[in-house]
Amino acid sequence: MSLLKIKNLRALIEGQLILQGIDLTVNPGEVHAIMGPNGSGKSTLAQILAGNEKYEVSPESEILLLGENILDIPPEERSRRGVFIAFQYPVEIPGLSNTEFLHTAINEIRKSKNLPPVDIWDFEKQLKEKMKEIGLDPSFSERSVNEGFSGGEKKRNEIVQMAVLEPVLAILDETDSGLDIDALKSVAEGVNRMRSPDRSFIIITHYQRLLNYIQPDFVHVLYKGKIVKSGGFELALELEQKGYDWLKKEEEMEMSSIGVLS
Amino acid sequence: MAEVNSKVIEKELDSNTNNGEGMSTVHELINKKYAYGWVTPIEEEPFPFGLNEDIIRKISEKKDEPEWMTEWRLNAYRIWIGMKEPRWAFVKFRTPDFQSIRYYSAPRMKERPKSIEEVEPEILRTFEKLGIPLEEQKRLAGIAVDAVFDSVSVATTHQEILGKFGIIFCSMSEAIRNYPDLVRLYLGSVVPPSDNYYASLNSAVFSDGSFVYVPKGVKCPMDLSTYFRINSAQTGQFERTLIIAEEGSEVSYLEGCTAPIRDENQLHAAVVELVAHKNATIRYSTVQNWYAGDEEGRGGIFNFVTKRGKCMGDNSRISWTQVETGSAITWKYPSCILQGDNSTGEFYSVALTRNKQQADTGTKMIHIGRNTHSTIISKTISAGMSQNTYRGMVRVMPKAENSRNYTQCDSLLIGNRCGAHTFPDIDVRNSSSSVEHEATTSKINEEQLFYCRARGIRPENAISLVVNGFCKEVFDHLPMEFAVEATRLLSISLEGSVG
Ligand SMILES: Nc1ncnc2c1ncn2[C@@H]1O[C@H](COP(=O)(O)OP(=O)(O)O)[C@@H](O)[C@H]1O
Ligand SMILES: [Mg+2]
Repeated sequence: MSLLKIKNLRALIEGQLILQGIDLTVNPGEVHAIMGPNGSGKSTLAQILAGNEKYEVSPESEILLLGENILDIPPEERSRRGVFIAFQYPVEIPGLSNTEFLHTAINEIRKSKNLPPVDIWDFEKQLKEKMKEIGLDPSFSERSVNEGFSGGEKKRNEIVQMAVLEPVLAILDETDSGLDIDALKSVAEGVNRMRSPDRSFIIITHYQRLLNYIQPDFVHVLYKGKIVKSGGFELALELEQKGYDWLKKEEEMEMSSIGVLS
Repeated sequence: MAEVNSKVIEKELDSNTNNGEGMSTVHELINKKYAYGWVTPIEEEPFPFGLNEDIIRKISEKKDEPEWMTEWRLNAYRIWIGMKEPRWAFVKFRTPDFQSIRYYSAPRMKERPKSIEEVEPEILRTFEKLGIPLEEQKRLAGIAVDAVFDSVSVATTHQEILGKFGIIFCSMSEAIRNYPDLVRLYLGSVVPPSDNYYASLNSAVFSDGSFVYVPKGVKCPMDLSTYFRINSAQTGQFERTLIIAEEGSEVSYLEGCTAPIRDENQLHAAVVELVAHKNATIRYSTVQNWYAGDEEGRGGIFNFVTKRGKCMGDNSRISWTQVETGSAITWKYPSCILQGDNSTGEFYSVALTRNKQQADTGTKMIHIGRNTHSTIISKTISAGMSQNTYRGMVRVMPKAENSRNYTQCDSLLIGNRCGAHTFPDIDVRNSSSSVEHEATTSKINEEQLFYCRARGIRPENAISLVVNGFCKEVFDHLPMEFAVEATRLLSISLEGSVG
């Protein structure tokens, strides 16, 4: 069974149609890249997958996780079923330490699976290990969630959380944006270390750069709320060379061919 | 407190203008029941309703007080009847009918139990159920407790070990009988009987409370605490606490409180006085969880309290930390008079209001000595239809050269029908001192809640994590046991925070 099946996903925000019918299938172990210019709806897609209730999803849409429609399932429950999103803009929570935050998260997830809670000290040790692996100083475990972190530190912190929560479906929303080459590499290594036959990734990015380190199985181009093209890794290379302008041209041609522009 | 200026200097924010979209998750979490709302079935010995000189004489007699104490009370009563109830606070309520309150109620007992073994088992069970076991061996190491049940202190633990250090920790009634010189010297020295309406009333009718005396150079080996339990109906609680720290001594004192659920309001008008001599430190922490009334605003405690500390000696320090989650109305300003040179006053406060609760709380820092420092950190959280006000006064007198104050007031709003207000009053009378005031107001952030939920955390827990984070700077100043309690209390109070 496919891990994720998105069928005709249409979504609005403030009455405006942002996603205009997306279909996507992700099988266990696959890595999908979603590329596309700013404003095309990439983050909207990621947020909807994670269950953000600020988007209105049209009733005929379906998001099937292991065959079950999760559209009515709240975000915390999706997370417990293994959906993880690395936020494009990680949120700051002053006064709440990373350790306390993730310790609460992991124990709630464990509780939902009838597993005994983990001790905070053991957990903190484990968290610090993960931080080291991803190139974040272990002292970040004591710092307030994302508060005062640099852009790169926030992104690394998202990857640390992914490593701790061990999701089955990880969606990385522009985790590469604003990273220098070292940070980019450690993020990629963090992902690659977690690749496994029963874990899938959706990697949202602007650039082919990250994909040099994480070879995707599929590349999709999202433009104006629709997947306009899908292919293999070569599509990413093509996009890198040609940029996104050709999309606009193709769209214009299409429009003119059906007589919208005259 | 009457001199606190209620004009809006900084910012008044009424959240009615906020849009309440996306608050549905918070919305669903309303009204967790108050966990301490039961009544202990016990034979009481209540006084008749009402107040007059006879009642005061009877209280004094009941307590076997010396003549000077009776006179002290009567003097306060005579001052009180000439006073008018103040109305300047940002709270609305019907003035209690002082003739339909009982001023004394105690569990029936022949005399005060000499040891824990003699305490009425029903009372022991009450405190045990509240999480305050009185048997020393059951207590967490390092905390002694004075347990006050309605108008009387029923037991004080660890007196023997404290006695070895020369520390006196007992009920106020005992102190009046056994240490009259100390009581006469200090009682009313910080909050005089004429101070304000409710302090005068308290001075006339106070029933019991705790007395602490830490001798010169002694660092109290354990935290001292008082737990106040209101049980009896239609009875006011008027306790009086007096803490004296002699030169170079140190003490940390904790206060906790609960009351049964009742439809009528009950008055709690306490007075707390602290005196810190040269190089002495007093830390006073409160976790206030009186019954707050129901969703409709019926019932709950009127908590009208005067708390004040005097840093008498040089280099002395008084630190107030309070977590206020209960009471229908909270009206109090734990304050510091910084008289000694280089003395320090601190106020760390979290006030959470929900449903129709009203809180008008803050502090006064009066800088009199040179190089005196004060810090004020106030965190208010308003939910439901509640009103939450910070009111603070910082006064730097002409001779208080090189003095400093730092004030930070942060308000967090949950939902769109509550209000947060800030009334700072700053008065600096010399040019070498500086006062800094920062204030922020924010709404609980849906992005933060979603971020937590996306990590598998339930909305209730998400709110409590965010709010606890908001309060962290204050909780860090609470002793460990209280910090845990405060965190728990906040989560319980928050379960269901928007109306
Ligand atoms: N809260 C919002 N209100 C109105 N429009 C929004 C909101 N969030 C996103 N949008 C719009 O939705 C479109 C898609 O945004 P987004 O999913 O963030 O794109 P991407 O991640 O591909 O850059 C953009 O046109 C953006 O302006
Ligand atoms: Mg985006």
